[in-house]
Amino acid sequence: MSGGKQDLADWTTGAEAIVYQCCAACGALQYFRRSFCCVCGVPDPEEKRASGEGTVYATSLVCRAATPETRAHVPYNIVLVDASEGFRMMAHGDNDLSIGDKVTARYQQFAGRLVPFFEKAKS
Amino acid sequence: MSFITGVGLTSYGRHEGSSSPDLMSKAAALAIADAGLKRADIDGILCGYSTVSPHIMLATVFAEHFSIRPAYAHAVQVGGATGLAMTMLAHHLVEANVVRHVLVVGGENRLTGQSRDASILALAQVGHVKYEVPLGPTIPAYYGLVASRYMHEYGVTQEDLAEFAVLMRAHALTHPGAQFHEPITVADVMASKPVALPLKLLDCCPVSDGGAAFVVSREATGEARVRVRGCAQAHTHQHVTAMPALSELGAEIAMARAKQASGVAMSDVRYAAVYDSFTITLAMLLEDLGLAGRGEAASRVRSGHFSRDGAMPLNTHGGLLSYGHCGVGGAMAHLVETHLQMTGRAGNRQVRDASIALLHGDGGVLSSHVSMFLERVR
Repeated sequence: MSGGKQDLADWTTGAEAIVYQCCAACGALQYFRRSFCCVCGVPDPEEKRASGEGTVYATSLVCRAATPETRAHVPYNIVLVDASEGFRMMAHGDNDLSIGDKVTARYQQFAGRLVPFFEKAKS
Repeated sequence: MSFITGVGLTSYGRHEGSSSPDLMSKAAALAIADAGLKRADIDGILCGYSTVSPHIMLATVFAEHFSIRPAYAHAVQVGGATGLAMTMLAHHLVEANVVRHVLVVGGENRLTGQSRDASILALAQVGHVKYEVPLGPTIPAYYGLVASRYMHEYGVTQEDLAEFAVLMRAHALTHPGAQFHEPITVADVMASKPVALPLKLLDCCPVSDGGAAFVVSREATGEARVRVRGCAQAHTHQHVTAMPALSELGAEIAMARAKQASGVAMSDVRYAAVYDSFTITLAMLLEDLGLAGRGEAASRVRSGHFSRDGAMPLNTHGGLLSYGHCGVGGAMAHLVETHLQMTGRAGNRQVRDASIALLHGDGGVLSSHVSMFLERVR
Protein backbone atom coordinates (compact mmCIF):
# COMPACT_ATOMS: atom_id res chain seq x y z
CA MET A 1 0.00 0.00 0.00
CA SER A 2 2.41 2.65 1.17
CA GLY A 3 5.60 3.51 -0.61
CA GLY A 4 7.85 6.44 -1.28
CA LYS A 5 11.27 7.19 0.09
CA GLN A 6 10.29 8.81 3.38
CA ASP A 7 6.75 7.89 4.38
CA LEU A 8 6.19 11.23 6.09
CA ALA A 9 3.47 11.07 8.72
CA ASP A 10 0.24 12.85 7.82
CA TRP A 11 -3.36 13.19 9.04
CA THR A 12 -4.19 9.68 7.83
CA THR A 13 -1.81 8.38 10.51
CA GLY A 14 -2.77 10.94 13.16
CA ALA A 15 -0.18 13.66 12.48
CA GLU A 16 -1.09 17.33 11.88
CA ALA A 17 0.10 17.40 8.29
CA ILE A 18 -0.99 17.01 4.68
CA VAL A 19 1.51 15.09 2.58
CA TYR A 20 1.67 14.68 -1.19
CA GLN A 21 4.14 13.10 -3.58
CA CYS A 22 6.19 14.64 -6.39
CA CYS A 23 7.88 12.67 -9.15
CA ALA A 24 11.57 13.51 -9.51
CA ALA A 25 11.55 12.33 -13.12
CA CYS A 26 8.48 14.03 -14.64
CA GLY A 27 7.42 16.49 -11.95
CA ALA A 28 3.85 15.12 -11.65
CA LEU A 29 2.08 15.53 -8.29
CA GLN A 30 -0.17 12.98 -6.61
CA TYR A 31 -2.14 13.00 -3.35
CA PHE A 32 -3.07 9.32 -2.97
CA ARG A 33 0.21 7.75 -1.87
CA ARG A 34 1.70 5.18 -4.22
CA SER A 35 5.13 3.57 -4.59
CA PHE A 36 5.36 4.91 -8.17
CA CYS A 37 4.48 8.01 -10.18
CA CYS A 38 0.98 7.54 -11.62
CA VAL A 39 1.91 9.52 -14.73
CA CYS A 40 5.28 8.08 -15.79
CA GLY A 41 5.61 5.01 -13.55
CA VAL A 42 9.02 5.90 -12.11
CA PRO A 43 9.30 4.44 -8.58
CA ASP A 44 9.61 6.23 -5.26
CA PRO A 45 8.14 9.71 -5.80
CA GLU A 46 9.41 12.20 -3.25
CA GLU A 47 7.11 12.97 -0.33
CA LYS A 48 6.47 16.59 0.58
CA ARG A 49 4.54 18.40 3.28
CA ALA A 50 1.88 20.70 1.88
CA SER A 51 1.45 24.31 3.03
CA GLY A 52 -2.20 23.73 3.92
CA GLU A 53 -3.30 26.56 1.65
CA GLY A 54 -5.75 26.11 -1.17
CA THR A 55 -9.00 27.01 -2.93
CA VAL A 56 -12.41 25.39 -2.44
CA TYR A 57 -13.40 23.30 -5.51
CA ALA A 58 -16.66 21.77 -4.21
CA THR A 59 -18.70 21.44 -1.01
CA SER A 60 -21.44 19.23 0.41
CA LEU A 61 -22.97 19.74 3.84
CA VAL A 62 -23.70 16.29 5.28
CA CYS A 63 -26.93 16.37 7.32
CA ARG A 64 -27.65 12.61 7.34
CA ALA A 65 -24.77 10.43 8.53
CA ALA A 66 -24.68 6.64 8.71
CA THR A 67 -22.96 5.81 12.01
CA PRO A 68 -23.50 6.93 15.62
CA GLU A 69 -19.93 8.34 15.67
CA THR A 70 -20.40 10.53 12.59
CA ARG A 71 -24.02 11.38 13.45
CA ALA A 72 -22.77 13.22 16.53
CA HIS A 73 -21.08 15.74 14.20
CA VAL A 74 -23.92 16.62 11.79
CA PRO A 75 -24.08 18.88 9.99
CA TYR A 76 -20.48 18.72 8.77
CA ASN A 77 -19.14 20.12 5.55
CA ILE A 78 -17.21 17.81 3.21
CA VAL A 79 -15.04 19.86 0.86
CA LEU A 80 -12.76 19.24 -2.08
CA VAL A 81 -9.84 21.66 -1.95
CA ASP A 82 -7.34 22.41 -4.69
CA ALA A 83 -4.10 22.78 -2.73
CA SER A 84 -1.84 25.64 -3.77
CA GLU A 85 0.82 23.04 -4.65
CA GLY A 86 -1.44 21.64 -7.39
CA PHE A 87 -3.19 18.52 -6.07
CA ARG A 88 -6.83 18.03 -4.98
CA MET A 89 -7.90 16.59 -1.62
CA MET A 90 -11.03 15.87 0.40
CA ALA A 91 -11.35 17.35 3.88
CA HIS A 92 -13.76 19.07 6.25
CA GLY A 93 -14.41 22.80 6.27
CA ASP A 94 -16.44 25.62 7.77
CA ASN A 95 -20.13 25.22 6.98
CA ASP A 96 -20.30 28.57 5.19
CA LEU A 97 -17.46 27.97 2.71
CA SER A 98 -18.19 28.72 -0.94
CA ILE A 99 -16.57 27.45 -4.12
CA GLY A 100 -13.57 29.65 -4.94
CA ASP A 101 -12.86 30.66 -1.32
CA LYS A 102 -9.17 30.79 -0.36
CA VAL A 103 -8.70 28.50 2.64
CA THR A 104 -6.11 27.36 5.19
CA ALA A 105 -5.96 24.01 6.95
CA ARG A 106 -6.09 23.31 10.65
CA TYR A 107 -6.81 19.95 12.24
CA GLN A 108 -9.59 18.68 14.45
CA GLN A 109 -11.04 15.50 15.85
CA PHE A 110 -13.85 13.79 13.94
CA ALA A 111 -15.35 10.45 14.95
CA GLY A 112 -12.26 9.53 16.95
CA ARG A 113 -9.71 10.59 14.31
CA LEU A 114 -7.74 13.65 13.35
CA VAL A 115 -8.95 15.23 10.08
CA PRO A 116 -7.91 18.30 8.10
CA PHE A 117 -10.37 21.19 8.48
CA PHE A 118 -10.26 24.20 6.17
CA GLU A 119 -11.30 27.70 7.17
CA LYS A 120 -11.29 30.94 5.21
CA ALA A 121 -7.78 32.32 4.83
CA LYS A 122 -7.16 35.57 6.72
CA SER A 123 -6.34 38.07 4.00
CA MET B 1 -25.74 -9.96 -33.68
CA SER B 2 -27.53 -10.27 -30.36
CA PHE B 3 -31.15 -9.86 -29.31
CA ILE B 4 -32.81 -9.06 -25.98
CA THR B 5 -35.32 -11.90 -26.22
CA GLY B 6 -37.03 -11.64 -22.85
CA VAL B 7 -37.34 -9.35 -19.84
CA GLY B 8 -38.54 -9.78 -16.27
CA LEU B 9 -39.10 -7.28 -13.48
CA THR B 10 -40.58 -7.50 -9.99
CA SER B 11 -42.25 -4.60 -8.25
CA TYR B 12 -39.77 -2.50 -6.24
CA GLY B 13 -40.30 -1.60 -2.62
CA ARG B 14 -40.73 -4.05 0.26
CA HIS B 15 -40.49 -7.80 -0.38
CA GLU B 16 -40.52 -8.98 3.24
CA GLY B 17 -38.92 -12.40 3.66
CA SER B 18 -37.39 -12.63 0.17
CA SER B 19 -33.64 -13.22 -0.08
CA SER B 20 -31.45 -11.81 -2.86
CA PRO B 21 -31.45 -15.17 -4.74
CA ASP B 22 -35.25 -15.34 -4.30
CA LEU B 23 -35.70 -11.95 -5.98
CA MET B 24 -33.21 -12.86 -8.70
CA SER B 25 -35.08 -16.12 -9.31
CA LYS B 26 -38.43 -14.39 -9.56
CA ALA B 27 -37.15 -11.96 -12.19
CA ALA B 28 -35.21 -14.70 -14.01
CA ALA B 29 -38.28 -16.92 -14.33
CA LEU B 30 -40.26 -14.01 -15.78
CA ALA B 31 -37.51 -13.20 -18.30
CA ILE B 32 -37.09 -16.80 -19.47
CA ALA B 33 -40.85 -17.22 -19.90
CA ASP B 34 -41.00 -13.90 -21.74
CA ALA B 35 -38.35 -15.18 -24.17
CA GLY B 36 -40.40 -18.33 -24.74
CA LEU B 37 -37.54 -20.45 -23.42
CA LYS B 38 -37.09 -23.11 -20.78
CA ARG B 39 -34.52 -23.02 -17.98
CA ALA B 40 -32.52 -25.72 -19.72
CA ASP B 41 -32.09 -23.45 -22.75
CA ILE B 42 -30.03 -21.00 -20.70
CA ASP B 43 -26.35 -21.81 -21.14
CA GLY B 44 -24.84 -18.61 -19.74
CA ILE B 45 -25.46 -16.65 -16.54
CA LEU B 46 -24.22 -13.20 -15.63
CA CYS B 47 -25.26 -11.71 -12.32
CA GLY B 48 -24.37 -8.66 -10.31
CA TYR B 49 -23.59 -8.43 -6.60
CA SER B 50 -25.62 -8.20 -3.42
CA THR B 51 -24.49 -5.94 -0.59
CA VAL B 52 -26.89 -7.83 1.71
CA SER B 53 -25.51 -11.27 0.80
CA PRO B 54 -21.95 -10.77 -0.45
CA HIS B 55 -20.41 -13.88 -1.98
CA ILE B 56 -17.27 -14.55 -4.00
CA MET B 57 -19.25 -16.79 -6.43
CA LEU B 58 -22.70 -15.25 -6.61
CA ALA B 59 -23.44 -16.49 -10.14
CA THR B 60 -22.80 -20.06 -9.05
CA VAL B 61 -24.84 -19.58 -5.89
CA PHE B 62 -27.69 -18.29 -8.03
CA ALA B 63 -27.35 -21.06 -10.63
CA GLU B 64 -27.67 -23.70 -7.91
CA HIS B 65 -30.56 -21.87 -6.23
CA PHE B 66 -32.36 -21.52 -9.58
CA SER B 67 -31.36 -25.03 -10.68
CA ILE B 68 -29.44 -24.32 -13.87
CA ARG B 69 -26.12 -25.88 -14.88
CA PRO B 70 -24.72 -23.29 -17.28
CA ALA B 71 -21.68 -23.58 -19.55
CA TYR B 72 -20.59 -20.08 -18.58
CA ALA B 73 -21.24 -18.10 -15.38
CA HIS B 74 -19.76 -15.36 -13.25
CA ALA B 75 -20.60 -12.14 -11.47
CA VAL B 76 -19.84 -8.63 -12.70
CA GLN B 77 -19.22 -5.59 -10.49
CA VAL B 78 -19.27 -2.06 -11.86
CA GLY B 79 -21.58 -0.40 -9.34
CA GLY B 80 -24.61 1.21 -10.95
CA ALA B 81 -23.25 0.44 -14.42
CA THR B 82 -23.32 -3.32 -13.75
CA GLY B 83 -26.62 -4.05 -15.52
CA LEU B 84 -25.56 -2.51 -18.82
CA ALA B 85 -22.00 -3.84 -18.47
CA MET B 86 -23.46 -7.36 -18.14
CA THR B 87 -25.65 -6.74 -21.17
CA MET B 88 -22.62 -5.60 -23.15
CA LEU B 89 -20.70 -8.71 -22.13
CA ALA B 90 -23.67 -10.96 -22.94
CA HIS B 91 -23.88 -9.30 -26.37
CA HIS B 92 -20.22 -10.08 -27.03
CA LEU B 93 -20.50 -13.63 -25.63
CA VAL B 94 -23.33 -14.59 -27.96
CA GLU B 95 -21.70 -12.80 -30.91
CA ALA B 96 -18.52 -14.79 -30.24
CA ASN B 97 -20.55 -18.02 -30.19
CA VAL B 98 -19.50 -18.81 -26.62
CA VAL B 99 -23.13 -19.38 -25.59
CA ARG B 100 -26.61 -19.08 -27.13
CA HIS B 101 -28.78 -17.67 -24.38
CA VAL B 102 -27.33 -15.60 -21.55
CA LEU B 103 -29.47 -14.87 -18.51
CA VAL B 104 -28.53 -11.48 -17.09
CA VAL B 105 -29.91 -11.09 -13.58
CA GLY B 106 -29.76 -8.76 -10.60
CA GLY B 107 -31.79 -8.64 -7.42
CA GLU B 108 -31.43 -7.70 -3.81
CA ASN B 109 -33.47 -7.40 -0.61
CA ARG B 110 -31.63 -4.19 0.16
CA LEU B 111 -34.56 -2.52 1.93
CA THR B 112 -35.75 -5.27 4.26
CA GLY B 113 -32.53 -7.32 4.43
CA GLN B 114 -30.46 -4.69 6.21
CA SER B 115 -30.86 -1.35 7.98
CA ARG B 116 -30.82 1.85 5.95
CA ASP B 117 -27.67 2.85 7.85
CA ALA B 118 -26.00 -0.40 6.75
CA SER B 119 -26.92 0.35 3.14
CA ILE B 120 -25.57 3.90 3.33
CA LEU B 121 -22.40 2.64 5.02
CA ALA B 122 -21.83 -0.15 2.49
CA LEU B 123 -22.24 2.25 -0.42
CA ALA B 124 -19.97 4.92 1.09
CA GLN B 125 -17.15 2.38 0.77
CA VAL B 126 -16.80 3.29 -2.92
CA GLY B 127 -14.76 6.14 -1.43
CA HIS B 128 -11.02 5.95 -0.84
CA VAL B 129 -10.47 3.88 2.30
CA LYS B 130 -7.61 6.07 3.55
CA TYR B 131 -8.17 9.55 2.12
CA GLU B 132 -11.99 9.82 1.93
CA VAL B 133 -13.93 7.31 4.05
CA PRO B 134 -12.45 8.52 7.40
CA LEU B 135 -14.03 11.92 6.71
CA GLY B 136 -17.52 10.44 7.00
CA PRO B 137 -18.82 11.09 3.50
CA THR B 138 -21.89 9.26 2.17
CA ILE B 139 -22.86 8.46 -1.42
CA PRO B 140 -25.16 11.50 -1.42
CA ALA B 141 -22.18 13.59 -0.23
CA TYR B 142 -19.99 12.41 -3.11
CA TYR B 143 -22.73 13.39 -5.53
CA GLY B 144 -23.45 16.51 -3.47
CA LEU B 145 -19.86 17.62 -4.10
CA VAL B 146 -20.28 17.06 -7.83
CA ALA B 147 -23.64 18.85 -7.74
CA SER B 148 -22.17 21.93 -6.04
CA ARG B 149 -19.51 22.20 -8.72
CA TYR B 150 -21.89 21.55 -11.62
CA MET B 151 -24.33 24.15 -10.32
CA HIS B 152 -21.44 26.61 -9.91
CA GLU B 153 -20.05 26.12 -13.42
CA TYR B 154 -23.31 25.93 -15.37
CA GLY B 155 -25.73 28.07 -13.34
CA VAL B 156 -28.01 25.15 -12.44
CA THR B 157 -30.24 25.73 -9.38
CA GLN B 158 -31.72 23.42 -6.73
CA GLU B 159 -35.14 24.12 -8.24
CA ASP B 160 -33.79 22.93 -11.60
CA LEU B 161 -32.65 19.65 -10.04
CA ALA B 162 -36.03 19.22 -8.34
CA GLU B 163 -37.68 19.05 -11.78
CA PHE B 164 -36.08 15.66 -12.41
CA ALA B 165 -37.50 14.21 -9.20
CA VAL B 166 -40.95 15.53 -10.12
CA LEU B 167 -40.72 14.05 -13.64
CA MET B 168 -39.62 10.62 -12.41
CA ARG B 169 -42.44 10.62 -9.85
CA ALA B 170 -44.98 11.59 -12.51
CA HIS B 171 -43.83 8.62 -14.57
CA ALA B 172 -43.91 6.23 -11.60
CA LEU B 173 -47.55 7.13 -10.92
CA THR B 174 -48.49 5.23 -14.08
CA HIS B 175 -46.56 2.04 -13.18
CA PRO B 176 -48.16 -0.31 -10.63
CA GLY B 177 -44.74 -1.80 -9.74
CA ALA B 178 -43.16 1.48 -8.68
CA GLN B 179 -42.19 2.08 -5.05
CA PHE B 180 -43.83 5.53 -4.87
CA HIS B 181 -47.34 6.50 -5.94
CA GLU B 182 -47.84 9.93 -4.38
CA PRO B 183 -47.36 12.90 -6.71
CA ILE B 184 -44.73 15.47 -5.69
CA THR B 185 -44.01 19.07 -6.68
CA VAL B 186 -40.85 21.15 -6.92
CA ALA B 187 -41.88 22.76 -3.62
CA ASP B 188 -42.08 19.29 -2.00
CA VAL B 189 -38.55 18.48 -3.18
CA MET B 190 -37.25 21.84 -1.94
CA ALA B 191 -38.90 21.30 1.45
CA SER B 192 -37.69 17.72 1.87
CA LYS B 193 -35.11 16.96 4.55
CA PRO B 194 -31.51 17.93 3.77
CA VAL B 195 -29.34 14.85 3.21
CA ALA B 196 -26.06 16.12 1.75
CA LEU B 197 -26.65 19.64 0.48
CA PRO B 198 -27.37 20.68 -2.17
CA LEU B 199 -29.13 17.28 -2.29
CA LYS B 200 -32.27 16.76 -0.25
CA LEU B 201 -34.24 13.58 0.43
CA LEU B 202 -36.33 13.78 -2.73
CA ASP B 203 -33.21 14.38 -4.84
CA CYS B 204 -32.05 10.89 -3.80
CA CYS B 205 -33.23 7.50 -4.99
CA PRO B 206 -34.69 5.23 -2.31
CA VAL B 207 -33.38 1.88 -1.05
CA SER B 208 -35.56 -0.95 -2.37
CA ASP B 209 -36.07 -4.69 -2.60
CA GLY B 210 -36.51 -6.02 -6.11
CA GLY B 211 -35.18 -8.03 -9.00
CA ALA B 212 -34.73 -7.64 -12.76
CA ALA B 213 -33.53 -9.98 -15.49
CA PHE B 214 -33.25 -10.35 -19.22
CA VAL B 215 -32.19 -12.95 -21.73
CA VAL B 216 -29.66 -12.05 -24.41
CA SER B 217 -29.70 -14.49 -27.33
CA ARG B 218 -27.90 -15.09 -30.59
CA GLU B 219 -31.18 -15.22 -32.48
CA ALA B 220 -34.63 -13.81 -31.87
CA THR B 221 -36.95 -16.29 -30.17
CA GLY B 222 -40.24 -14.66 -31.07
CA GLU B 223 -41.79 -11.66 -32.71
CA ALA B 224 -40.26 -9.18 -30.30
CA ARG B 225 -37.03 -8.47 -32.11
CA VAL B 226 -34.92 -6.01 -30.15
CA ARG B 227 -31.26 -6.12 -30.97
CA VAL B 228 -28.19 -4.59 -29.40
CA ARG B 229 -27.01 -2.20 -32.07
CA GLY B 230 -23.79 -1.18 -30.32
CA CYS B 231 -22.32 -0.32 -26.95
CA ALA B 232 -19.18 1.02 -25.29
CA GLN B 233 -17.68 1.85 -21.90
CA ALA B 234 -15.44 4.49 -20.34
CA HIS B 235 -13.71 4.48 -16.95
CA THR B 236 -11.93 7.67 -15.94
CA HIS B 237 -11.42 7.36 -12.15
CA GLN B 238 -12.93 5.69 -9.08
CA HIS B 239 -12.82 8.34 -6.35
CA VAL B 240 -14.43 11.77 -6.53
CA THR B 241 -11.14 13.30 -5.37
CA ALA B 242 -9.56 11.94 -8.57
CA MET B 243 -12.42 12.91 -10.87
CA PRO B 244 -11.41 14.79 -14.03
CA ALA B 245 -12.86 18.20 -14.97
CA LEU B 246 -16.62 18.29 -15.62
CA SER B 247 -15.92 18.66 -19.34
CA GLU B 248 -13.93 15.41 -19.44
CA LEU B 249 -16.29 12.90 -17.81
CA GLY B 250 -16.77 9.33 -18.98
CA ALA B 251 -20.37 9.63 -20.19
CA GLU B 252 -19.29 11.74 -23.12
CA ILE B 253 -16.44 9.33 -23.92
CA ALA B 254 -18.59 6.18 -23.68
CA MET B 255 -21.29 7.83 -25.78
CA ALA B 256 -18.84 8.81 -28.53
CA ARG B 257 -17.51 5.25 -28.61
CA ALA B 258 -21.03 3.75 -28.67
CA LYS B 259 -22.01 5.99 -31.58
CA GLN B 260 -18.92 4.82 -33.40
CA ALA B 261 -19.61 1.15 -32.61
CA SER B 262 -23.25 1.32 -33.70
CA GLY B 263 -23.38 3.94 -36.43
CA VAL B 264 -26.35 5.50 -34.62
CA ALA B 265 -26.68 9.30 -34.51
CA MET B 266 -28.45 11.17 -31.72
CA SER B 267 -31.08 12.27 -34.24
CA ASP B 268 -32.05 8.58 -34.68
CA VAL B 269 -32.83 8.08 -30.98
CA ARG B 270 -36.53 7.97 -30.00
CA TYR B 271 -36.39 6.85 -26.35
CA ALA B 272 -33.88 7.39 -23.53
CA ALA B 273 -33.14 5.31 -20.42
CA VAL B 274 -30.60 7.14 -18.29
CA TYR B 275 -29.19 6.38 -14.83
CA ASP B 276 -30.74 8.60 -12.18
CA SER B 277 -29.39 7.74 -8.73
CA PHE B 278 -29.75 11.41 -7.83
CA THR B 279 -31.35 14.33 -9.63
CA ILE B 280 -27.88 15.73 -10.33
CA THR B 281 -26.84 12.41 -11.91
CA LEU B 282 -29.70 12.57 -14.38
CA ALA B 283 -29.18 16.26 -15.14
CA MET B 284 -25.46 15.81 -15.78
CA LEU B 285 -25.77 12.61 -17.80
CA LEU B 286 -28.49 14.05 -20.06
CA GLU B 287 -26.19 16.98 -20.81
CA ASP B 288 -23.02 14.87 -21.11
CA LEU B 289 -24.78 12.49 -23.50
CA GLY B 290 -26.00 15.34 -25.68
CA LEU B 291 -29.72 14.92 -24.90
CA ALA B 292 -29.73 18.56 -23.72
CA GLY B 293 -27.35 21.51 -23.93
CA ARG B 294 -25.20 22.48 -20.94
CA GLY B 295 -27.40 23.76 -18.13
CA GLU B 296 -30.52 23.22 -20.27
CA ALA B 297 -31.81 19.80 -19.20
CA ALA B 298 -34.16 21.23 -16.55
CA SER B 299 -35.80 23.60 -18.99
CA ARG B 300 -36.35 20.63 -21.32
CA VAL B 301 -38.07 18.80 -18.46
CA ARG B 302 -40.31 21.84 -17.88
CA SER B 303 -41.23 22.01 -21.56
CA GLY B 304 -42.28 18.35 -21.58
CA HIS B 305 -39.43 17.17 -23.83
CA PHE B 306 -38.72 14.12 -21.62
CA SER B 307 -42.35 13.29 -20.78
CA ARG B 308 -44.15 10.22 -22.09
CA ASP B 309 -45.67 12.19 -24.99
CA GLY B 310 -42.61 14.42 -25.48
CA ALA B 311 -39.94 14.30 -28.17
CA MET B 312 -37.59 12.13 -26.05
CA PRO B 313 -39.50 10.05 -23.49
CA LEU B 314 -37.21 9.27 -20.56
CA ASN B 315 -37.39 6.51 -17.93
CA THR B 316 -41.15 6.09 -18.33
CA HIS B 317 -41.27 3.60 -15.43
CA GLY B 318 -40.09 6.25 -12.95
CA GLY B 319 -36.37 5.52 -12.84
CA LEU B 320 -34.30 4.84 -9.77
CA LEU B 321 -35.72 8.00 -8.21
CA SER B 322 -39.32 6.72 -8.10
CA TYR B 323 -39.56 3.14 -9.43
CA GLY B 324 -36.84 2.32 -6.93
CA HIS B 325 -33.24 1.19 -6.53
CA CYS B 326 -32.40 -2.34 -5.39
CA GLY B 327 -28.71 -2.22 -6.37
CA VAL B 328 -27.77 -3.99 -9.58
CA GLY B 329 -31.42 -4.59 -10.49
CA GLY B 330 -32.15 -0.87 -10.10
CA ALA B 331 -30.83 0.29 -13.44
CA MET B 332 -31.80 -3.00 -15.11
CA ALA B 333 -35.41 -1.87 -14.73
CA HIS B 334 -34.55 0.90 -17.21
CA LEU B 335 -33.74 -1.75 -19.83
CA VAL B 336 -36.84 -3.80 -19.03
CA GLU B 337 -39.01 -0.70 -19.50
CA THR B 338 -37.17 0.17 -22.72
CA HIS B 339 -37.86 -3.32 -24.05
CA LEU B 340 -41.56 -3.06 -23.19
CA GLN B 341 -41.70 0.29 -24.97
CA MET B 342 -39.84 -1.03 -28.03
CA THR B 343 -42.15 -4.02 -28.32
CA GLY B 344 -45.37 -2.05 -27.78
CA ARG B 345 -46.15 -3.69 -24.44
CA ALA B 346 -45.98 -0.70 -22.10
CA GLY B 347 -49.77 -0.39 -21.75
CA ASN B 348 -50.89 3.00 -20.47
CA ARG B 349 -47.24 4.15 -20.50
CA GLN B 350 -46.72 3.32 -24.19
CA VAL B 351 -44.88 5.98 -26.17
CA ARG B 352 -45.52 6.65 -29.87
CA ASP B 353 -42.17 5.45 -31.18
CA ALA B 354 -39.34 3.69 -29.38
CA SER B 355 -37.72 2.15 -32.44
CA ILE B 356 -34.21 3.18 -31.39
CA ALA B 357 -33.30 3.66 -27.74
CA LEU B 358 -30.28 5.05 -25.95
CA LEU B 359 -29.41 3.54 -22.57
CA HIS B 360 -26.74 4.80 -20.20
CA GLY B 361 -25.47 3.54 -16.86
CA ASP B 362 -23.06 5.10 -14.36
CA GLY B 363 -21.21 3.44 -11.50
CA GLY B 364 -19.24 4.88 -8.58
CA VAL B 365 -19.16 8.68 -8.64
CA LEU B 366 -19.57 9.16 -12.41
CA SER B 367 -16.60 6.76 -12.53
CA SER B 368 -17.68 3.92 -14.82
CA HIS B 369 -19.96 4.38 -17.80
CA VAL B 370 -21.75 2.15 -20.29
CA SER B 371 -23.66 3.58 -23.28
CA MET B 372 -25.82 1.30 -25.41
CA PHE B 373 -28.15 1.57 -28.40
CA LEU B 374 -31.02 -0.88 -28.85
CA GLU B 375 -32.93 -1.17 -32.10
CA ARG B 376 -36.24 -2.79 -32.96
CA VAL B 377 -35.99 -4.81 -36.15
CA ARG B 378 -38.98 -6.04 -38.14
